[in-house]
Amino acid sequence: MSATIGTSVVLAADGVEGFGADPWWIIAIKVVGIFGLLMVFTLFNIWFERRVVARMQHRVGPNRAGPQGLLQSLADGVKLALKEDIVPKGADRIVFVLAPIISAAAAFLAFAVIPLGPVVNLFGVRTPLQLTDLPVAVLYVLAVTSVGVYGLVLAGWSSGSTYPLLGGLRSAAQVISYEIAMGLSFVAVFLYAGSMSTSEIVEAQASGGQLQLFGMTLDMPSWYAVVLFPSFLIYVVSMVGETNRAPFDLPEAEGELVGGFHTEYSSLKFALFFLAEYINMVTVSALATTLFLGGWRAPWPLSWVGGGVLNTGWWPLLWFLAKVLLVIYFFVWLRGTLPRLRYDQFMHLGWKYLIPGSLAWILIVATVRTATTSETLDRRTLILWTLGVILGLLLLSFVADAVRPRRPESPETTGAATAGDGAAPREFDPFAGGYPVPPLPGQVRAEPVLTSARPASPRGSTRLDEPGEPPAVSSGQEAPRA
Amino acid sequence: MQAYVPIIALAALAAGFAVFSIVAGALSGPKRYNRAKLESYECGIEPTPQAVGGGRFPVKYYLTAMLFIIFDIEIIFLYPWAVRFDSLGVFGLVEMVLFILTVFVAYAYVWRRGGLEWD
Repeated sequence: MSATIGTSVVLAADGVEGFGADPWWIIAIKVVGIFGLLMVFTLFNIWFERRVVARMQHRVGPNRAGPQGLLQSLADGVKLALKEDIVPKGADRIVFVLAPIISAAAAFLAFAVIPLGPVVNLFGVRTPLQLTDLPVAVLYVLAVTSVGVYGLVLAGWSSGSTYPLLGGLRSAAQVISYEIAMGLSFVAVFLYAGSMSTSEIVEAQASGGQLQLFGMTLDMPSWYAVVLFPSFLIYVVSMVGETNRAPFDLPEAEGELVGGFHTEYSSLKFALFFLAEYINMVTVSALATTLFLGGWRAPWPLSWVGGGVLNTGWWPLLWFLAKVLLVIYFFVWLRGTLPRLRYDQFMHLGWKYLIPGSLAWILIVATVRTATTSETLDRRTLILWTLGVILGLLLLSFVADAVRPRRPESPETTGAATAGDGAAPREFDPFAGGYPVPPLPGQVRAEPVLTSARPASPRGSTRLDEPGEPPAVSSGQEAPRA
Repeated sequence: MQAYVPIIALAALAAGFAVFSIVAGALSGPKRYNRAKLESYECGIEPTPQAVGGGRFPVKYYLTAMLFIIFDIEIIFLYPWAVRFDSLGVFGLVEMVLFILTVFVAYAYVWRRGGLEWD
């Protein structure tokens, strides 16, 4: 291979054909370079996240190992390597060892098609700053990130333990649910770019047409994050769900599942899962950068400097890394700000809002694009048709709503479950479920005498009959917080 | 296939690194036997006996997986359509509207039957 291809020098990045024909040593340099970049970026990210979260919580964060604590993650890695490698008794040994390998190896792969920069001069060979590109590059990214899910499921299953199994199942359900929303958010991008190749999508975001306004020529925004903002929004939400990060870090909800799927893992096996999680974070950030934030191109005011000189050579690597770091900062910001969602709320958001929302958005984008580009159809007809379809759907939803049988409010359900239904304040029994719950908005606490409406919890009602102690305890707990 | 060669190289390096880490982790750490250490972790209580192969888990997860397949197939149809959208014209738009509405019927059915509820 090296003899035949080694002499042919790849010049242009126009089209996908130019990729993969590099001399073998260029490929080797790029492979090692991407591997090293991901490793260093991961170590940096862990430090970055801990420091930034610490700032948000008025702490200092790790600052001992190395300058500003930069070597903290490395020190942690060494510490993990020196810990005992435990394989629990109930574990399926082969799968237990295989799972972290699948997880970590798959995490590295997605970066193969991420464009880091334009054509550069690398040791005398002109080559694009991208390992390779495929006509189906984004599909490839989705495919290899799906392989990573196997790592999670197999880790949870093979541990032979309750919490990892639950955590693994949750992770899998979560990742595949949000992968749909993520996949749908890409459709509008492909529609505008006319390609699934990452380098061509970056190319398509280079310039966004011009607008004549009051005699001035204005450059329209070209990033798909602006042009296709709803797609970007859906992508951002689903990328957080896809990487199991706060506020969607349910598989690792310590309060309910200990460590989730990696509870039983220790030593470097655990480190591999940790590595995979942080690489996945970098990958989805890089994908956001490539598909929505203009890729490696310099952001707006900088792109004018010197007639676009900052978009050539090695400069774009800097913009790319800056954009990725910005998205990662967003991740950290979320973690420092938002509380964790409950599992049903999370699935509710994914299946009932993101998926139908993105499907509707795809139809809107497609219709608008047809209206602006098609010659065979004049706009008035199209607008009328669109209005007709929307009205029809509305009508359909009203009919569906009218036909739907209202669920009768059964007296069996407790006050907490049907709190939102009744407009009138309902009395509820705080001990109905066996443990005390506070009243929800719109509910009033029943008088202790009236709680005999539901005699199922004798323990609760006996406690309520002596109203002295439980309220005193609860108020005593609430007071310091308020 | 030329474009896939670098991916294979990267995969080999990544897998090699992962295998090396596992082997190194097994060699570098201490080995101190303790019966309790090999029990599955349940916050210190006696571990619940677990059926081989994970036992039974809620049917909801299967349902989610099947729904995922349906929508993933829809996505697979949407991608080439989106890439070639401009050359398909109005025909492509109408066809895709019909397709999405058809899948939407199934989605509405699942929603209506409570398939998307988690309790």
